[in-house]
Amino acid sequence: MDIELNGITKRFGALVANSNINLRIRAGEVLGLLGENGAGKSTLMNVLSGLYRPDEGEILIDGKAVAFSDAKDAIHAGIGMVHQHFMLVPVFTVAENVILGVEPTGRFDRLDLKTARAQVSEISARHGLSVDPDAIIEEMPVGLQQRVEIIKVLFRSANVIIFDEPTAVLTPQEVTEFFGIVRSLRAAGKALVFITHKLHEVLEVADRISVLRGGKVVGEADPKTATDAELAEMMVGRSVRFAVERRASGAGATLLEARGLRVLNERDELAVDGVDLDIHAGEVVGIAGVQGNGQTELVEALTGLRSAVAGTITFLGHDITGTSVRERHRMGMAHVPEDRQRSGMIADFSVAEDSVLDSYYDARFSSGLSLHWRQVDTEAARIVREFDVRTGSIRTLAGHLSGGNQQKLVVGRELSRVVKLIIASQPTRGVDVGSIEYIHGRLMQARDNGVGVLIVSTELDEIMAMSDRILVMFRGRVVAEFPGGGDTVGEIGLAMAGGVSAGAPA
Amino acid sequence: MSEQEPQREGWLAEDLVARNLLSRFDLEDIVIVPILAVVTALILGGLVMLATGVTPHAIGQAYLALVTGSVGSLGAISETLTAAAPVTLAALGVALGFRTGLFNIGAEGQILLGGMAAVVVGFSLPGLPWFIHLPLALIAGALVGAAWAAVAGWLKAATGAHEVITTIMLNLIASELTGFLLRNPPIQKPGRPDPISKSVLESAVLPKLLAWYDPNLRLNLGIVLAVAAVGFVAWLLFRTTLGFEFRATGLNPSASRYAGMRSGLIVVVVMAIAGALAGLAGAIQVLGVLGRASPGFSGGVGFDAIAVALLGRSHPVGVLVAGILFGALDAGGRQMQVMAGVRIDLIAIVQALIIVFVAAPLLMRAVFPWAFSRRKAVGRAG
Repeated sequence: MDIELNGITKRFGALVANSNINLRIRAGEVLGLLGENGAGKSTLMNVLSGLYRPDEGEILIDGKAVAFSDAKDAIHAGIGMVHQHFMLVPVFTVAENVILGVEPTGRFDRLDLKTARAQVSEISARHGLSVDPDAIIEEMPVGLQQRVEIIKVLFRSANVIIFDEPTAVLTPQEVTEFFGIVRSLRAAGKALVFITHKLHEVLEVADRISVLRGGKVVGEADPKTATDAELAEMMVGRSVRFAVERRASGAGATLLEARGLRVLNERDELAVDGVDLDIHAGEVVGIAGVQGNGQTELVEALTGLRSAVAGTITFLGHDITGTSVRERHRMGMAHVPEDRQRSGMIADFSVAEDSVLDSYYDARFSSGLSLHWRQVDTEAARIVREFDVRTGSIRTLAGHLSGGNQQKLVVGRELSRVVKLIIASQPTRGVDVGSIEYIHGRLMQARDNGVGVLIVSTELDEIMAMSDRILVMFRGRVVAEFPGGGDTVGEIGLAMAGGVSAGAPA
Repeated sequence: MSEQEPQREGWLAEDLVARNLLSRFDLEDIVIVPILAVVTALILGGLVMLATGVTPHAIGQAYLALVTGSVGSLGAISETLTAAAPVTLAALGVALGFRTGLFNIGAEGQILLGGMAAVVVGFSLPGLPWFIHLPLALIAGALVGAAWAAVAGWLKAATGAHEVITTIMLNLIASELTGFLLRNPPIQKPGRPDPISKSVLESAVLPKLLAWYDPNLRLNLGIVLAVAAVGFVAWLLFRTTLGFEFRATGLNPSASRYAGMRSGLIVVVVMAIAGALAGLAGAIQVLGVLGRASPGFSGGVGFDAIAVALLGRSHPVGVLVAGILFGALDAGGRQMQVMAGVRIDLIAIVQALIIVFVAAPLLMRAVFPWAFSRRKAVGRAG
């Protein structure tokens, strides 16, 4: 099934999200759709999947013009979408999730789960997905959950499958497996659209690349000949530096010292199992690891959000094992939380309010009970300009900014306090290339100024680019330590997966 | 980065910090929706009256009485504002809770106990000058209301007990406790078999504001306290670090915790302030209007307060406007009953209908599409 988008334009009020876009999607081909956050990728795909109606232009399926009035029409036409945020019921089984909404029924509307399970098994086997139809979603790793989403669209007989940022939540191994699935779907004659802002991924898996910027198709590229730098320039509109500029590490005095740290997770299981950690002034320590190996709990313990069941944390020579979050902030600890939407900012607060979210009590912004809005506004305007947060006004609700700008706001706020140590979890997750470059540069600049930096990331590229020292966490322990800058990706990847490691176990 | 983005060089700080006006959409929600809600509710209320056998003529008279009884004369306005004062005060407390993410159902109990405290101070300290006695009685009401509400806050902070459950239960306890206290010395009025308190001394009575014009006008200092409280709550919410913490906690408890705010303490403090406002509502009711306490003297004001807080969208000024509307419906409703012989229950129905329609702005938009600008598609480019 071939799809043609002709002159698609979609406006939201004064904002033109898509402007005269022409795109061809062919059966048996992978189209890589590349663009920064806010470039109009999601809008375009929502037009294609029937959620939005285009203001101008037409969609042709196999040469015939179609008009979708809702998502159901698009599904009937054979277009399926795998969203970045999975739409699965956690307590249901795979088969139950797959049939949700299109349940096969027997006589008297009896739910025919047996047929459903057989169909799910059949689809899974045909495309090599190896998913158990009776597994419970919440007990499955993220990579497998994504396959359930794929089975869902295949179950609805999709011939065109749109993947919206499919690799954002996957581990490196899962990404490799995912690409295998994509290739097998392509071999089965499906037309695939792969939306992403990760350059090497489109280069690896796409047959053709279209680049969106500012709502327009600014270029097309052949993955066989295109380079990272060319694509990035098309995407951002200027040349992008990939390598983080770094001077030699001038690691100084020990800032933070954790000894024998043990931390429980929500389910009272031991998530951090005896971690020792030192962070020095002027160095970047990277913690690599697959999501869910205790990194979250470790960071929460270091920042005071979660109490440790054993071990001690010393910061600037003081034992802070039992002190509050606020006290640690005051001592000069900054924290960029891994989930900025949930924990880093308040979506319904204005940019101004969010820019003092953890410093409003400071003498600069308040005296006694009274908040000084004038100073808050000045500080917010400074952060917005200095950290290049794209917003028309500091009264804009932070939730209305794009992900990259939200993250720049959070990073800007944290670096604007008097900071001795910054703990950054997934500092560039879901952030576009231009912002990644910027955030990395600011963190590196903080390091050069003698701030200690702890970066926790599941993006190995990020860890490799930034770290002076790399620790690998697996099942709550630091299983390996590597010096930064070496050619150790393979060994680190192995250690992340729990394999034998060449690095010195810590 | 700015050197690579020349258009950003021109950005002035003044542009960034300029106040933005309410959007047309917001204005419509705040102004047009409530007006249409009132109109719709009155029409439906009329239909209900028709259905119960009231003649169209009587319905016209009833609505005329509603208007004259609420704003038709100085006396009517006095009654409207007198009724508006306690419900506004209590609703401010409820609104503070909403802003902090707490559903405080306990205003009724806080009013009862705050009122009882004010009555006790009001009858038991003879010989004091009014400028000492009256503030003491008011403060007693506020403090007891605060303490009572803080119990629910503390239970939530310390044990996670949900405030809806605890405040409802505390309401029951407060109600029965009031009945018990009123039936026993030293509070019960000597020589009376029924549960009623001693009368408040003259020195603790809230002065009437319009007594110089007509001694029968009941409007008292309570309305001034209510308006002052509106200013206080607006200042607290939008101009203080404490209000910043309240709003942050209400909108995103997780981010507030990450920012180092102590949610447990905040819950207790906000409940105490809400309780103080409700306690003050009880105090002005007994010191300004009733002169003594009897079982159920709160008259459901604590529950109306929840509706008023919702109607006012938890904004202090909105709460004041909604409180006055409720006062008007209350005063006008009494007049409806007297003049047109319409049962007071119908007023309650109209009040309830208004709340239903205000709470459903999309319904109002669907019923009266011509009154609104065409709704823009809500969506963001990605």
